[in-house]
Amino acid sequence: MSALLFFIAAAGAISGAVGVVVLRDPFYCVLALVTHLLSLALLFLLLRAEFVAAVQVVVYAGAVMVLYVFVVAYVGDSGSSLGERLRQGVTQSGGSRLRLGSALLGGALLVELLIALLGSGLKAIGEYGASYSPGPRTYGTPAYIGNLLLTRFLLAFETASFLLLIAAVGAVVLARRRGGLGEEREPPASLGLTRPRGTGTMAEGVTGLEFAVSHDRGAKNGERDAQPEPEPATVGGGSSRGDAPEQEGGW
Amino acid sequence: MSIAWYLAVSAIVFALGAIGVMTRRNPLVVLLCLELMLNGANLALIAFARMWGNGDGQILVLIVMTVAACEVCIGLGMIVAIYRRDLPLDVDELRELQG
Repeated sequence: MSALLFFIAAAGAISGAVGVVVLRDPFYCVLALVTHLLSLALLFLLLRAEFVAAVQVVVYAGAVMVLYVFVVAYVGDSGSSLGERLRQGVTQSGGSRLRLGSALLGGALLVELLIALLGSGLKAIGEYGASYSPGPRTYGTPAYIGNLLLTRFLLAFETASFLLLIAAVGAVVLARRRGGLGEEREPPASLGLTRPRGTGTMAEGVTGLEFAVSHDRGAKNGERDAQPEPEPATVGGGSSRGDAPEQEGGW
Repeated sequence: MSIAWYLAVSAIVFALGAIGVMTRRNPLVVLLCLELMLNGANLALIAFARMWGNGDGQILVLIVMTVAACEVCIGLGMIVAIYRRDLPLDVDELRELQG
């Protein structure tokens, strides 16, 4: 039974990994990685790591992959369409050679890893692992992991939490809108241009509606030309007080 | 199954992730392949922890998951920033690492 489960999970993990590497659409890559992570959680369960398997499913396949899906949906698969790839493949013939070379390098890496892991001469590798007896606080249970985390590995635990905080702040700083504060200050200045006439600005209250409208129209056409004409028609004090906000709007 | 089988699976997953990091050009997929490599290492750690009946390897796996989450956080933030600046989402095009 455990052998059957192992082969199912291993096939799922390896095919998920192949899918991530091979598939073109980033969204399908993310889905393949979810398959891979779930099969890997099954492998962890077979290795008696219950808590780590649960964390793998809840945190990794749940939260982290949702983050990926959001970013893929936001960014889209720009530049990875089939036609574009083909065109790039035609223009850059060196790229395919590089790709073949890196695949060969990966194959060499696999052979080396297999030699290092399986040819290590450790006799315990061929066995089924240390003795295991089920119980509430035995190897791999949450109580066991929590006990280790809060006693022997307390420093690593606290450092990891601090690292998470730094990463969260860094992500917010990286992904924020550039110059967002400057953009928010601008709309009041540009709003004056589209404001309907006669809505009770200070210039209209002081100098009357007709003058304010004509003054505003002049400000739109070009303030230098329009200003001298209406100014003699009204009292000097009123116009000088009313000018300031309108000019701000015109500029 | 004996521990050696799990180690073989972890080696295959790690090598596949390495191939993906080297061949793919979309930075999102490169990040996904980095996850694959980390997962291969995680599986080997869990297998060795099972071999010795010792929990230290599992703690290390939890720490690796934390670091991977941080890496995803920063990497996706960088991808969003690249996208906002209308730069191409292509590792070959993004050669200049300056302002």
